[in-house]
Amino acid sequence: MSLPSHEHVVEVKDLTRRFGDFTAVDRVSFHVEHGEIFGYLGANGAGKSTTIRMLCGLLAPTEGDAVVAGARISRRPEKVKRNIGYMSQKFSLYPELRVRDNLEFFGGAYGLWGRELDMRIDEVLGLVDLRGHEGDRTQELPGGIRQRVALASAILHRPGIVFLDEPTAGVDPVARRRFWSLIRALASSGTTIFVTTHYMDEAEYCGRVGLMVAGRLPALDTPDGLKATFAPGRLWMIRGSGLAGTDAVARLRALPGCLDVQTQGAGLRLRVAMDSPVDEAAIAAALPGPVEVEDTVASLEDVFLAVVDADAQKAGTARAFDGGAA
Amino acid sequence: MSTDPASTAIGEPAVSVVGLHRHFGAVHALRGIDLEVRPGEIYGLVGPDGAGKTTAIRTMAGLLDPDQGQVRVFGMAPDDVAVREFVGLMPQRYSLYGDLSVGENLDFFRQLFCLSKAHAAERIARLLELTRLSPFVDRRADDLSGGMYKKLALACALLHEPRLLLLDEPTNGVDPVSRRELWELLGEFVGQGMAVLVSTPYMDEAERCHRVGLLHDGIMVAEGQPGRLVRELDHPVFVVEGGDRAAVQALVEGAPEVRAASPAGARLRVVVIPGRTEALVVRLSPLGAHLVPARADYEDVFLARIGADHDGTVAA
Repeated sequence: MSLPSHEHVVEVKDLTRRFGDFTAVDRVSFHVEHGEIFGYLGANGAGKSTTIRMLCGLLAPTEGDAVVAGARISRRPEKVKRNIGYMSQKFSLYPELRVRDNLEFFGGAYGLWGRELDMRIDEVLGLVDLRGHEGDRTQELPGGIRQRVALASAILHRPGIVFLDEPTAGVDPVARRRFWSLIRALASSGTTIFVTTHYMDEAEYCGRVGLMVAGRLPALDTPDGLKATFAPGRLWMIRGSGLAGTDAVARLRALPGCLDVQTQGAGLRLRVAMDSPVDEAAIAAALPGPVEVEDTVASLEDVFLAVVDADAQKAGTARAFDGGAA
Repeated sequence: MSTDPASTAIGEPAVSVVGLHRHFGAVHALRGIDLEVRPGEIYGLVGPDGAGKTTAIRTMAGLLDPDQGQVRVFGMAPDDVAVREFVGLMPQRYSLYGDLSVGENLDFFRQLFCLSKAHAAERIARLLELTRLSPFVDRRADDLSGGMYKKLALACALLHEPRLLLLDEPTNGVDPVSRRELWELLGEFVGQGMAVLVSTPYMDEAERCHRVGLLHDGIMVAEGQPGRLVRELDHPVFVVEGGDRAAVQALVEGAPEVRAASPAGARLRVVVIPGRTEALVVRLSPLGAHLVPARADYEDVFLARIGADHDGTVAA
């Protein structure tokens, strides 16, 4: 079922989907490499879910096409569905069933049965570290464990690629780390991972990250590459009484090479160009009172905001998606 | 004994918590926490789900009695009716009526706090503008995106101009743009002298607070100014470069020198037990891997403080 390693597991070309007058996905092209952890980000309404639904063979494209795990989504969506694993943000498990019953059900749906199914259930339970939980009723499990059962159910049929649609929504950070540890193990055994998330710290775990804004894909690179392109320079967090009741923002904006100043809770977040002469002493000197200047690093959240702002400027609207429906 | 909150001197805590314990049946949710939030200060209560953040906030809001210890809000008991009008609470979820519109929810809270229509009109207009919700005043709360819902909940909590704002995970599950907007709003309000206590599961939000308490299993494992917590971390932090990724991961997970490991892009990041760096270098060198010093972050601080006992596993 898996592809030769020189081929891309997912190859997307000019993928477009319209709903009436609304273009949810607008000429999106990219590829996903074999064994890669590929992150797909975007705000609500940016077109993430529509893209995933098309790539999983659940929704036909209006224009363009994609090859997923060896099958063309426009022509052979049924084959796509058989070749992939899918885990949605709302766990698709039956809450009243026991863990084992859920796995038997999903294994059966993918045509597994008998000894093979038994073996495979044992294997995936081992992989997600849940042996011994077979008899637990699904609804009584904590969210983090249920999420691992859902992952197990999505990989029973040994898909070459697994789509994880916001798999960790609502799961606590410790359980999320654990889940990502499993995802890594799965990827290093050759399963390609396509994951959507809006936790920016989680996106850092991906090999490459694509960022959707208003139906398009204006940014796609490694996390470090995205930061270098969209949030270049040096960053500081500035706190202290020297900021209070002053024109601190304007003073910082006047520093040579200043790229951005944002109010963020207790302090200001300042970004200056890499070649700017500004240092911590210069920042302190620019402000009238005592401040604490702490260097910090760009995050994918900075990238996300930069990409969204650039897009909004191009479109002539401010953060256009902010009015999007739930 | 009660004091008039209006006469509270600047610098006197808006809320103070001493030796707070709370059980739920066999669960010891809070195991003796102390904290103080002063006017004009953002205090971040940072920790994973189940750490006790919500229990602490509910106790400070007077919704839950402590089993042991003392909570004072502007010098008064938190369930004192007189203190209510000085406190704004934004619970984690379901604080709004889903079938009511944005405007109707605000009007409901206006009536709840006995504010006259005329008095509140300007305030409501200002809050709608700050939260950029003005265009959606007729939209049902249930039809708002996660970020917009949170902003409406914040506007409702701020309507009566509280002097202490308690926020339970205001940024959980919201997109990055709304998250930045929420922190921007907090910055504006605190600049006007409000005291803010905000809980969050996101370690990276610690840097946006004046002071933070890292809460884990009902215990404050670290507290202080955020920059200082990172600077004073006694555990060195590295990124592991080179070597076969799977082999490196297996080794790091079993290495007794490593307190915690986490993914960093395609590489691994490790928090090393003080004084054990050399041993780890020796262990890694046969794999062709070496350590490159990295800048510690709040998650590293948290992991170093809680030690390797919790969760058992090394996430990588």
